[in-house]
Amino acid sequence: MSTVSTPARAPEKLPAPEATAPARRQRGRGERSAAASVALHATLVVASVIALFPIVFIVLVSIRGENGWTHPMEMTGFTLENYTHVLGDTEFLTWFMNSAIVAGGTMLVGVLIAASAGYAVSRMRFPGDKSLMWSFLLCQMFPVAVLIVPLYNILGRLGLLDSYGGLIITYCSVSVPFCAWMLKGYFDTIPTEIDESGRVDGLTPFGTFWRLIIPLARPGLAVTAFYTFLTAWSEVAFATSFMSSEGKYTLAVGLQTFVGPHRAEWGLMTASSVLIMVPAGLLFFFAQRHLVAGLTAGGTKG
Amino acid sequence: MSTLTAKTVTKTRRSFATHWYAWAMVLPVVVVLAVLVGYPLGRGIYLSFTDANEANIGRVIGDFEVPASYRFVGLDNYWHILSGQEGSFYPRLTWTVIWTASCVFLHYTIGLGLAMLLNRQIRGRSLYRVLLILPWAVPAFVAAFAWKLMYNTDNGVLNALLSKIGIGAVDWLGDPTIQKLSVIAVNTWLGVPFMMVAILGGLQSIPRELHEAAEMDGASAWQRFWNVTVPGLRPVSSTIILLGTIWTFNMFPIIYLVIGQAGGTESEILVTYAYRLAFQGVRDYAGSASYGIVILSLLLVFSVFYRRMLSRQEVAK
Repeated sequence: MSTVSTPARAPEKLPAPEATAPARRQRGRGERSAAASVALHATLVVASVIALFPIVFIVLVSIRGENGWTHPMEMTGFTLENYTHVLGDTEFLTWFMNSAIVAGGTMLVGVLIAASAGYAVSRMRFPGDKSLMWSFLLCQMFPVAVLIVPLYNILGRLGLLDSYGGLIITYCSVSVPFCAWMLKGYFDTIPTEIDESGRVDGLTPFGTFWRLIIPLARPGLAVTAFYTFLTAWSEVAFATSFMSSEGKYTLAVGLQTFVGPHRAEWGLMTASSVLIMVPAGLLFFFAQRHLVAGLTAGGTKG
Repeated sequence: MSTLTAKTVTKTRRSFATHWYAWAMVLPVVVVLAVLVGYPLGRGIYLSFTDANEANIGRVIGDFEVPASYRFVGLDNYWHILSGQEGSFYPRLTWTVIWTASCVFLHYTIGLGLAMLLNRQIRGRSLYRVLLILPWAVPAFVAAFAWKLMYNTDNGVLNALLSKIGIGAVDWLGDPTIQKLSVIAVNTWLGVPFMMVAILGGLQSIPRELHEAAEMDGASAWQRFWNVTVPGLRPVSSTIILLGTIWTFNMFPIIYLVIGQAGGTESEILVTYAYRLAFQGVRDYAGSASYGIVILSLLLVFSVFYRRMLSRQEVAK
């Protein structure tokens, strides 16, 4: 990172008097001409604008009233009426709660069940550990279409369609292997000396895991939990076909009712999109740095 | 013979004695996988050998139970799909492969480029980083709707911008080819940040000394990129490309929400098509299950080959 690389180059920059005339001086690595700097910034600015544009756009549309979306280039008629309408007159809050319940449940079950398995695969060599890791990856490969029909029929027979429990069970088929995969990556980053010291102090392997590793892996657990939450939060296919009554819709299903063949309530749509993005975005901002580390660690050492 | 079994029994017993602890710790996950993935998968495979659909699947209406009356039809469903009788499998497979390849290629190259830029010393680095990551925080269904609104032919902002610079309206989601380009654009927008962050992490884990040593030996920037950066990124790249391919191949929400309902059947990938088979019109459960199994097998073959290729490269070094 920048802080690491700065000290190494510092002496080169410090001798000020001569360096003010850099015309003939050989450029060191990491230094660049003014033109290169401009090009660099220009590229990054363009990329940032593209990244931001859709987000800013729907925020703008959302605060321009019911028909603001029909004139996307105008900058008039700012009002919060879409938001009051979404919160007051639609089922948005119910859907929000439903999504939170389902995603929260999936997250809890996923992390709780997967943690000990992730630890075992990370630390213990046993027959079947490789194939278990392989099957975690395999579960990532399952297209929606493989499980959706059998699960639909099974849950239907159990009377679990259109219920929170049914959807949580469904999501666990994805989240449990995913959590195990990711947590294994995190446990790999914790030095094994800690386990050994635990064993020396007479802890059982499970005791070591529970008393020493879990507290140390708390950031990893939090990020895994968060990622599981987000995945369940934005799942579309299962929720669309399993949740049939409007009171049980999750956000991904509910929002589809705003814009369909016979309806185009883009004002409502954009306002609720913003309401969904804000909390997720904030959480995401804090978690993202650790997010990828776990994902790729789980893979490379697998 | 009997000694052999006795030997295996003692072997198993000894193995159990050493490993029971590890097995106990993975047991919950194994049970969950068996019940939630294994059993439905088995049933899915079974259904793919039958002619089950909405009418004959058997269900309970009130107190009245309709028994299932679907028949075993062997490999008919697979034959139907793979022989091309069904008509849409091969064109759809081609499009799915194009979709996956172009999305993953764009994700990776743009992500790599941005990560290389962000890995330099530059003013406002952390601000750029946050801005560029933002699309990742947007749930896919929200992104799909946002882009759908932007693509709107009469009232969309993209056409409004185009008319400002004097270009006529483009029917973003109407014409099949443009429709495909449009969904690739949406998915690229959504997927680049993940690759970027992952590659950035990989870049930072390459020791500085390697670059310095290469520079001492007179390597140009391009040579350093090929001989230091690219090999250094290998562990990260191989994982994210594999995951990215799997995720993109199965990318449901973008296709389904951006074009799925607009009658854009030609631009549907295999997954959304299989989903529609099962849940729209007359529900063809068997057909959908067979499609699912075919997709899974394709991905499985791909990842086995991919892994084998990687390890062969590793050995070759």
